[in-house]
Amino acid sequence: MSDPFAAVYEEIIHEHYKRPKYRRILDSLPYVENPSCGDRLRVSITLGSDGRIAEVAFDGSGCSISMSSADILAENIIGKTPDEARQYIETFLAVLRGELDVDKLDAFGDAVAFKGVARLPVRVKCAALAWRAALTRLDALEMPLTDTTS
Amino acid sequence: MRPQFVMHASVEENSSVAGALKGEFPLFDEQPELIYLDNAATAQKPLSVLDAERDFYLKSCANVHRAIHSIGEEATARYEEARRRMARFIGARPEETIFTHGTTESINLVARTYGETLGPGDEIILSVMEHHANMVPWQQLAERRGVALKFIPVSEEGELDMAEYGRLLSSKTRLVALTMISNVLGTINPVDSIVETAHAAGVPVLLDAAQAAPSMSLDVKALRADFVAFSGHKMYGPFGIGILYGTERMLDAMPPFMGGGDMISEVRLEGFSANELPYKFEAGTPAISQAVGMEAAADWLFGVGLDALGEYESALAGRFMEGIKGIPGIRILGSAARRAGIVAFTLEGAHAHDVAAYLDRYHIAVRAGHHCAHPLARRFGITSSARASFGTYNTCKDVDTAIRVLSRAGEAL
Repeated sequence: MSDPFAAVYEEIIHEHYKRPKYRRILDSLPYVENPSCGDRLRVSITLGSDGRIAEVAFDGSGCSISMSSADILAENIIGKTPDEARQYIETFLAVLRGELDVDKLDAFGDAVAFKGVARLPVRVKCAALAWRAALTRLDALEMPLTDTTS
Repeated sequence: MRPQFVMHASVEENSSVAGALKGEFPLFDEQPELIYLDNAATAQKPLSVLDAERDFYLKSCANVHRAIHSIGEEATARYEEARRRMARFIGARPEETIFTHGTTESINLVARTYGETLGPGDEIILSVMEHHANMVPWQQLAERRGVALKFIPVSEEGELDMAEYGRLLSSKTRLVALTMISNVLGTINPVDSIVETAHAAGVPVLLDAAQAAPSMSLDVKALRADFVAFSGHKMYGPFGIGILYGTERMLDAMPPFMGGGDMISEVRLEGFSANELPYKFEAGTPAISQAVGMEAAADWLFGVGLDALGEYESALAGRFMEGIKGIPGIRILGSAARRAGIVAFTLEGAHAHDVAAYLDRYHIAVRAGHHCAHPLARRFGITSSARASFGTYNTCKDVDTAIRVLSRAGEAL
C-alpha cells in the first residue's frame, strides 16, 4: 500500500459499508448481479418535480466494496439531472476500466476511496455494480418521457 | 541432496522439509513475506521447471515432427521424451498420453469426440461437486446431442452419496465423469469403488485429476479409469499444458478432436485421414517447451516424495481447521474423512472477498469466490467462500500465521 491515503480510503469504504445511509428494502425491481462473487443489488431512482434526482436507494448483498459503492453512488447523484447523473456515472466507470486517470475521482466526493480499487480488476466489478444498476434505472426512467412525445 | 517428505512423519518434521524446499522457488526470493495458500488455483514453480523451459529455448528451439534439420529433430526428441516420462509418471503408455492445454481442454476433448457418439436416451453421471470444467462441457453436449445429465448429490459432510450413485447408474449410462478431489471441499473421493461399480455396469469413467496430480501419484492402470485429465500448472509446472490419458481402446474408437497439422496422416481436397495415436488428438504446434517444463515438474514432485507430500498437505489442512474452528462466525465447508490440503470456509457477517482482502494485507494469499463450482456453493447455501489450499513450500508457521490473522478478521471487518 504505497498510497499515503490508503488508510483513509479504507475508512471511508468501511464507514459506508457498516453504516449505509441509502440502504433500504426495495420491492419489485430486478437485481443486477455479479455472478463471479454472488454480489447482487438493485437501485431505485426517483425524480422530483423539477426533473432532478430526488431520491436514491439500494438493497442487496455483497462485499464491502460493492455495498459501500452503492451508498456513495446514491449520495453523489442526488440533485443531478438524469443526464448529469449518467455522465457522472460513465466517468466513474471509465476510471474503473482504466480509460481515465484515477485522479479524476478527486472531484467525486467519497468515491475517491475507490482509487485503489481501480487497480484491482476483480474488485473493479464489485465497485461498478451499483453504478451499472443505476444506468439501467436511468434508462428505464427515460422511457416514459420519450413515449409522451408520440 | 534434496530433502524429502516422509510418510507418517510428524507434521513438524515435514514442515522443516517444506521450509527447506521453499528455497527452490525463486518467487519467494522476490516476495519473502508471501504466504501462498492458493495452491489449488495454481502452484508456484521451482527453479528446475523454469530452467528446463529456458534450456529448451536456449538449446533446442524448433518446431516438432517432420523436421529434417537436426535442431528440429532435437526439439522432437525433447518433446517425445517429455511424453514418455509423463506416461511413466502415470503408469501409461506414450500413445495413450495426449498433451493438451490443460484439464479443461482434456475434458472438452472427450466431450467433443466420445460425446458426439451419444444421443437422446443416453445418460452421463456427474456430481454436484464438479468444477465447471467437468460440468459445462457436458451441459454443452446435452444441448447439442440431447444427452441427459445425472448428478450424484453431495452430503453436508461434503461426500458423494454413493447409494444414490448406485441408483443413478443404469443401462442408459454412457459415462461417469467425476473429480478425484473436490477443489472446494478437499474431499478425496472413493474413486476405486466408483470405477469398479461403473465398470461392473460396462460404463467408462473419466477422472478429473486436476487437484489429485499435485498430491498423489497417479497410476492409471491401478485406477482402471478410461480417461484421466490433469494440468501442468497445478503440479508446479508451466501454464498452458496438460494431459489427457485415455485407454487405447477408447481413443481408437473416438473421432479426432481439432483439425489441423499433425493430427492427419494424409490430406486430399476431398478429405483427410487421421493420424495414429497420440497425434490424432494433437492438432497444430503443441506446447513444446511447456511439455518439457511439465516433465521437469513431475520429476521434481517424485523427487520430494509425492505421496508423502499429499499426506503432509492433508495434515496442514487438519492443523488449519483445528485452529480456525473455534473462531466466532467461522464455518468450514465439509468434514470429509479423507481430505486433501484444501479448506473452504466462510466468516459470518463478512463477504469472502473482504476476508481474502484482509488476509492479503498480511501477505496471505487465499482465494475467494465460488471457486468455479457454482452448483456446489448453492448446495451449501452460500454465494462465495474463502479457500486456503496448501502446497509443498507451506510450513506449520504459515498455517499458524493464517489462523492468527483470521482470528482478528471478524472484528476488523
